[in-house]
Amino acid sequence: MLKKLAVALGAALLVGGAAQAADLSGAGATFPAPVYAKWAETYKAQTGVGLNYQAIGSGGGIKQIKAKTVDFGASDKPLKADDLNASGLMQFPTVIGGVVPVMNLPGVQPGQVKLTGAVLADIYLGEIKKWADPRIANLNKGVKLPNLPITVVHRSDGSGTSFLFTSYLAMKSPAWQQKVGANDAVEWPTGIGGKGNDGVAAFVKQTAGSIGYVEYAYAKQNKLTYAQLQNKNGQFVAPQAANFAAAAAGGDWSKAPGFYLLLLDQPGAKSWPITGATFILVYKQQANAATGKGVLSFFDWAYKNGDGAAGNLDYVPLPAAVKGLVRKAWTAQVKGPDGKPVYASR
Amino acid sequence: MTDAVSDLSRAIPKGTSLDTPFRLLCGAAATLLLVALGGVLVSLAIGGWPAFHKFGFAFFTTSHWNPVTDVYGAAGPIVGTIVSAILALAMSLPVAFGVAVFLTEFCPPILRKPIGVAVELLAGVPSIVYGMWGLFVFAPFFAEKVQIPLMSAAPPGSIWETLTSGIPNGSGVLSASIILAIMILPYMAAMFRVLFHNTPPPLRESAYALGATPLEVVMSVTLPHVRRSAVGAVMLGLGRALGETMAVTFIIGNAHGFPKSLFDSGSTIASTIANEFAEATSDMHTSALVALGFVLFLITFSVLAIARALLGSAKEV
Repeated sequence: MLKKLAVALGAALLVGGAAQAADLSGAGATFPAPVYAKWAETYKAQTGVGLNYQAIGSGGGIKQIKAKTVDFGASDKPLKADDLNASGLMQFPTVIGGVVPVMNLPGVQPGQVKLTGAVLADIYLGEIKKWADPRIANLNKGVKLPNLPITVVHRSDGSGTSFLFTSYLAMKSPAWQQKVGANDAVEWPTGIGGKGNDGVAAFVKQTAGSIGYVEYAYAKQNKLTYAQLQNKNGQFVAPQAANFAAAAAGGDWSKAPGFYLLLLDQPGAKSWPITGATFILVYKQQANAATGKGVLSFFDWAYKNGDGAAGNLDYVPLPAAVKGLVRKAWTAQVKGPDGKPVYASR
Repeated sequence: MTDAVSDLSRAIPKGTSLDTPFRLLCGAAATLLLVALGGVLVSLAIGGWPAFHKFGFAFFTTSHWNPVTDVYGAAGPIVGTIVSAILALAMSLPVAFGVAVFLTEFCPPILRKPIGVAVELLAGVPSIVYGMWGLFVFAPFFAEKVQIPLMSAAPPGSIWETLTSGIPNGSGVLSASIILAIMILPYMAAMFRVLFHNTPPPLRESAYALGATPLEVVMSVTLPHVRRSAVGAVMLGLGRALGETMAVTFIIGNAHGFPKSLFDSGSTIASTIANEFAEATSDMHTSALVALGFVLFLITFSVLAIARALLGSAKEV
């Protein structure tokens, strides 16, 4: 009797679920959470399908999708192709952001100071200790730099921002690569750790002569004193939306297996050197075709209609060519239980 | 007589029919608590086992915490936890004592209630608020009014110069300890107050009758009477300081090595876990963080056990 009741109840729930398309669930990175929330709000109004996104951090997102408790995971730090294959996941980028060095130098205007990756690495290694150091002065002839000791500020919490920043330093400095390496948390040779972008910004604001790094959106909204960086073409560029987009356009996504691509030090006259995408993880083999279709439809919709919202929140939308590549990968890789693609490109 | 007994025996079954389930329910609630405690301990031990196994005793004695090479030594956070908690206690104890003595010995009755409420309100402020306040309000003030004067006043080459070296931006071990001291103050003040209040009035009154001053009464009558319980109350405050997370994370500077001075950055066990757990992807990193949790559990547990033992024996004194 009880069993029958349970079966009937289950069936009723299933029918109910099918009639009113199930909400999607995702978890992971905090960096893109505001734009995912904005997209979800508009998407729900248009289609009736809601999204429950929990911003628990990239590490948590990877763990949750591997434990199959969510429909998709989100991570600022892309998984390598062999890791993706081992766990049967596919990954694709959604929006682009960047990391900006910010400083507190009395009398210096935003964008006045120019730095290179190698000098930035030496500052973070603790080898350049003063703003008056000749290696900084040589890059900044004509700028009056205060003779202050440099206070290094970094993130204390594990973060995709730190991952991009340390990956860039490792790329530009063999000493950094050897002594510290790249990760979302590292053993910092020097400096103090602030929690989150606002923790870093607070320490930078409070300490004359300090340097830190924050997400682009955060630096822009809080009007922090940023530095110009030298890119691969030798040009000094400012952190602006157009320069992030230039870096994204310069990236060769078609040759990146599993879309594993850090947009660091990309060629191009305008490319900002510390740029990176944030990623979504889904299973290639979807246990439930409707769920897989739901997730991909949401991001397809976001690719089509979400660029404006992303731009308003100071994220940089993906270039159209990259979106095309991602759509192709969806069709080729994400299959339902019947082996057919859950996403049909239109 | 017989009638009365039979009346009683008729009345008893009504009560006893509910008595057994009630006893079982209460027993289950108590057992559940013990099982949960044991479960936490066991799961922390299992989760931390890979780290304990790989690094062995070096986990407790080395201070390299490197998520890139997956090498973890917890000495920095362990020392930071104990140092910040003890500094906090040292600052908070005299004030808490003063508050309690004032409330029991000197306070005009009209002020007793407002001050008591203020102490309780202080205890009710969420710790994240202390953290934000510490970072945005206290740290700039502390840097300007305390750190910079102290650093410039320290004679070169003296121990003071070593103690006050660092970056004068208001963060660091001492700042974190001060915030912690403010946070544990209300707990200790409230406990002291109850202890002092429970000193038998005849004892204090006879001391006053013999012509003792309030200072003498506190020092030679009240304090000796509550000595052991007071140590227990202090230990409870210490237990709270050891486990405090968010407020400390905001202001301690979060460097994994040993703090070299009072103004240097440090880290505590709780702040390290809060900082890194969400983004820890490698298994060894997660395991090392869980192992840290296990260590914190043991430290807090032993402190609370000592407190319990001292508080429990208070009645015999």
